[in-house]
Amino acid sequence: MGEQINFKEIFRKMCLIRHFELGVAEAYKEKLIPWLVYLAVGQESPSATISTLTKGAAVFTQHRGHSAYLAHGGNPQKLVDELLGLESGCCGGKGGSPCIQDLDVPMYGHHGLIGENIPLATGHALATGKLTVAYFGDAAAEEDYALTSYGFAATHKLPILYVCEDNDLSILTPIKDRRNWQVYDVTRSMGLASAAVDDDPKEIFTAAKQLLNRLPAFINIKTCRHLWHQGNNCDGPPKSDRLAEMRKVIPGASEIETEVKAYVRNLWQKQLQKL
Amino acid sequence: MAKTVAETIKEITQQHLEQNNGLLFGQAITAVGWVNNTVPNCRNIVEFPMADVSNMGIACGAAISGRRPIIVIRFQDFMWLNSSPLVNYAAKSKDIFGTSTPIFVRSLAQKNAGCVHAAVLHSLFMHMPGFRVCSPMTPNEYQEVWHDFMVHDDPMYVSEHRTSFGNTEELKNNYDQADVTLIPISDSRFNVNEAVRILAKENIACNVAHVMWLKPFKNDHILKALASSKCGLVIDAGFEICGAAQSIAYSLIWASDKPVKALGLYDKSVGVTPETENATPDAQRIAEVVREIYKKTIKRDQYKENVR
Ligand SMILES: Cc1ncc(C[n+]2csc(CCOP(=O)(O)OP(=O)(O)O)c2C)c(N)n1
Ligand SMILES: [Mg+2]
Repeated sequence: MGEQINFKEIFRKMCLIRHFELGVAEAYKEKLIPWLVYLAVGQESPSATISTLTKGAAVFTQHRGHSAYLAHGGNPQKLVDELLGLESGCCGGKGGSPCIQDLDVPMYGHHGLIGENIPLATGHALATGKLTVAYFGDAAAEEDYALTSYGFAATHKLPILYVCEDNDLSILTPIKDRRNWQVYDVTRSMGLASAAVDDDPKEIFTAAKQLLNRLPAFINIKTCRHLWHQGNNCDGPPKSDRLAEMRKVIPGASEIETEVKAYVRNLWQKQLQKL
Repeated sequence: MAKTVAETIKEITQQHLEQNNGLLFGQAITAVGWVNNTVPNCRNIVEFPMADVSNMGIACGAAISGRRPIIVIRFQDFMWLNSSPLVNYAAKSKDIFGTSTPIFVRSLAQKNAGCVHAAVLHSLFMHMPGFRVCSPMTPNEYQEVWHDFMVHDDPMYVSEHRTSFGNTEELKNNYDQADVTLIPISDSRFNVNEAVRILAKENIACNVAHVMWLKPFKNDHILKALASSKCGLVIDAGFEICGAAQSIAYSLIWASDKPVKALGLYDKSVGVTPETENATPDAQRIAEVVREIYKKTIKRDQYKENVR
């Protein structure tokens, strides 16, 4: 694959995810969304970057999936509608925040059991032979059925990229309290091409590009969740903020962000006025 | 020569794998007798590792693609592990996402095979919305089930029993005027004729209405048989409490206005020793319960008559 990294495209996607999620947080706070929401504020860069290398792939996500949906070309309007429970939502308003599906992407949802999407994605890759990307967290990654799925993908040399968005949290429990081993060590020993990187798009891009030539593969991306597991609250300022770092180095960052922000605000306002 | 159930399954499977580009998954399929000779040696068979939760998830993922996988679970007891992706994903995807997960779950039972190799668990899947559930015991019934699977897009739970694999005969209903209607499910269907003979000698006449479709439940033929008898007994190869027999008996009581009792396994663990034996009700046990309900029904009818 000869793609060069396109920082502006990645930055634009990150801004879209950030401002979309902040819009959700606001609507949630105002009780315009009366059900649970799982936000990816702070966790924009993994899917924003991976999606630039995996166009047309089938995507399988878990509960924190707005980011992957938007990054992989999902229709933001349909996601707004989904979160508001409208029939025009990407899932007819029946899935809500944790269960997003849209075959136009194509993206497949799950029903809320963490890591459930990992075997599903694996079976999809086997049956279709098409590039499949599965996104999940560091807790889902350690589920017993996830581990076997990686092994199955190795045995059958499946065209699948497993992406672990590692925020070091299972709700509030950090990895050190759950296990003393790394999932990428296990996947490596199973024969999957495996990498562990920071949430810097350049690092993600370089590693993912190599991995995509050696599928099946596993990439662990350290990332930082800014808000609570569920809902719009937070416990003070985040430990790190990749989007803020990107603002400093991307030429024209401010114009891009202003434009995306206005676009997202408009999406929400248009729908909220109708309610 | 007439085909057996096993040969019918094998033929359907071969056609699906070779001509429809279907898939078949399972553990230890290609060894150990090709699942009682019900699986052909052909392409599109994928051996699963010993991982009874992820395996079913992988099979469901494959089902999304439309290749209508068959998954073989050699013993229904393993469903306690395998059921999660089925009930949590496959059964719900149509309602929540509008996309279906058509997967054909061949779940096998065996007689007298001990603690975790003898159960019949179709009741679990009747309980959860989203599944079509059946228990075919004859070649034609298996053909019907397969056809039904291919024309619908629901996941299908096929509660098989190894006792049926050598069977070549169709099991007939009869609607004669009778005292009691026997309504058997799964391998209990092979025990009812003997029970009918035993009871006939005692002047208790029974007719028989077989149950193959558990969900959606098809009851027209049963109501017809019940209409020409005084009461009914639903017999299942699974546990009685909260099982298929109780559920069906309940719905028949309301549909027919006749007393209908359920009979299944005792509420105790199944083992291989005589003390732990707990098998599908045999002819003797069926006859025993029929005598009891028949007596009760006569008494009740006489009481009603007197009151009138
Ligand atoms: C099978 C299962 N076990 C437990 C839960 C409860 N649960 C919901 S989210 C969550 C943590 C998920 O953490 P992770 O996979 O790292 O994703 P993150 O929320 O950090 O993005 C848990 C344990 C669940 N939904 N499903
Ligand atoms: Mg996490």
